[in-house]
Amino acid sequence: MTPRSFAFIAALVKSRSGLVLAAEQGYMLETRLGPILKREGLADFEALAERLQGPGGHRLAEAVTEALTTNESSFFRDGRPFEHLRRLLPGLAAARGAGMPLRLWSAACSTGQEAYSIAMILAELAPQLGGCRADILGTDISQAVVTRARQGRFSQFEVQRGLPARLLVRHFRQEEGRWQVAPDLREMIRFERWNLLADLRPLGRFDVIFCRNVLIYFDAPTKARVLEAMAAQLAPDGVLYLGGAETVLGLTDRLVALPGERGAYRRAGMAALAG
Amino acid sequence: MTAPAGQGTCLVVDDSRVVRKAARRILEGLGFQVREAGDGAEALAACRAEMPRAVLLDRNMPVMDGIAFLRAARAEFGPDRPVVVLCTTEAAMERIVEALEAGAQEYVMKPFDAALLQDKLIQAGLLPDPAA
Repeated sequence: MTPRSFAFIAALVKSRSGLVLAAEQGYMLETRLGPILKREGLADFEALAERLQGPGGHRLAEAVTEALTTNESSFFRDGRPFEHLRRLLPGLAAARGAGMPLRLWSAACSTGQEAYSIAMILAELAPQLGGCRADILGTDISQAVVTRARQGRFSQFEVQRGLPARLLVRHFRQEEGRWQVAPDLREMIRFERWNLLADLRPLGRFDVIFCRNVLIYFDAPTKARVLEAMAAQLAPDGVLYLGGAETVLGLTDRLVALPGERGAYRRAGMAALAG
Repeated sequence: MTAPAGQGTCLVVDDSRVVRKAARRILEGLGFQVREAGDGAEALAACRAEMPRAVLLDRNMPVMDGIAFLRAARAEFGPDRPVVVLCTTEAAMERIVEALEAGAQEYVMKPFDAALLQDKLIQAGLLPDPAA
């Protein structure tokens, strides 16, 4: 893709959805827009940029925006980290005590399913957490998805992906054909727009960070930078969860894998208490 | 989608032949052996003849509806087998609660596709979680 086509598409998507496409996300752009090129019979991204400016471009612009901002997400996506979290939380809560809330961060939270899944686990484990409070922060670069995440309203299709029926009836209310997350769960979470490439220090210290299937869209220097910035925000006994296809190997030595766990990391040089 | 064999038998209970056929194709793709029944009474007879591992159960059917079958099956065979997944256009909260209280393990709101059904079968413990 030429820088000119990229700049045109990025500006168009930003103006329509608020989604900021950084230059290092060109790969994601090509992956996600590939099916549209094929469907429209367009040879390349230059042809797409041209078509977007021509008659009928409005409809196409909608499809392009949708393809780039609809982030794949489901409740309890890839169950393994959530199983690990269940085992991790009682120990963390005991270490913090009742006076200090646990802080959990869903980084690149998309429409909120991950943050709400974490909240459901906390609700389920509350009797074992000895009155320890928990605050969940969900952040995403896209204002559009942050707004949706805050609303906590999901379609019939969305609430069936990954979410067991018993949790659906416990934590959701039905409103006009949509499924609304119950207030007690919503109160545990704050959603904010935040760019992972920006300074993370204002977000504070976290006991648990979920940052899954995000780094795959970055180049190696950017991955290293984000991993090191997140490591700096992670509590000494905290855990960072990455996606199944992601690793810290060759990127940073400030994080090490938890023994026997795939995708779970703690800060290097800390006693292996977690997990 | 891979087609692993040996997931056991799934009884598809629906009064629509079209739905049964669609469900059969998905379930066979997931490695289940499929039997069919056209209503709850037929399903109960099929369970007595040979207990399936799982039942994919429509709700509104003639003769004996899905909930009546579910209650009869739980009374006769106990809480754990067969594993019952409701699969119905009824999407109201109280209907889901009613099915879970009657002993269903999972609940699919139609329309469904292969990915959604696979996901629900994983949640019901009928398929291994590919991520685990």
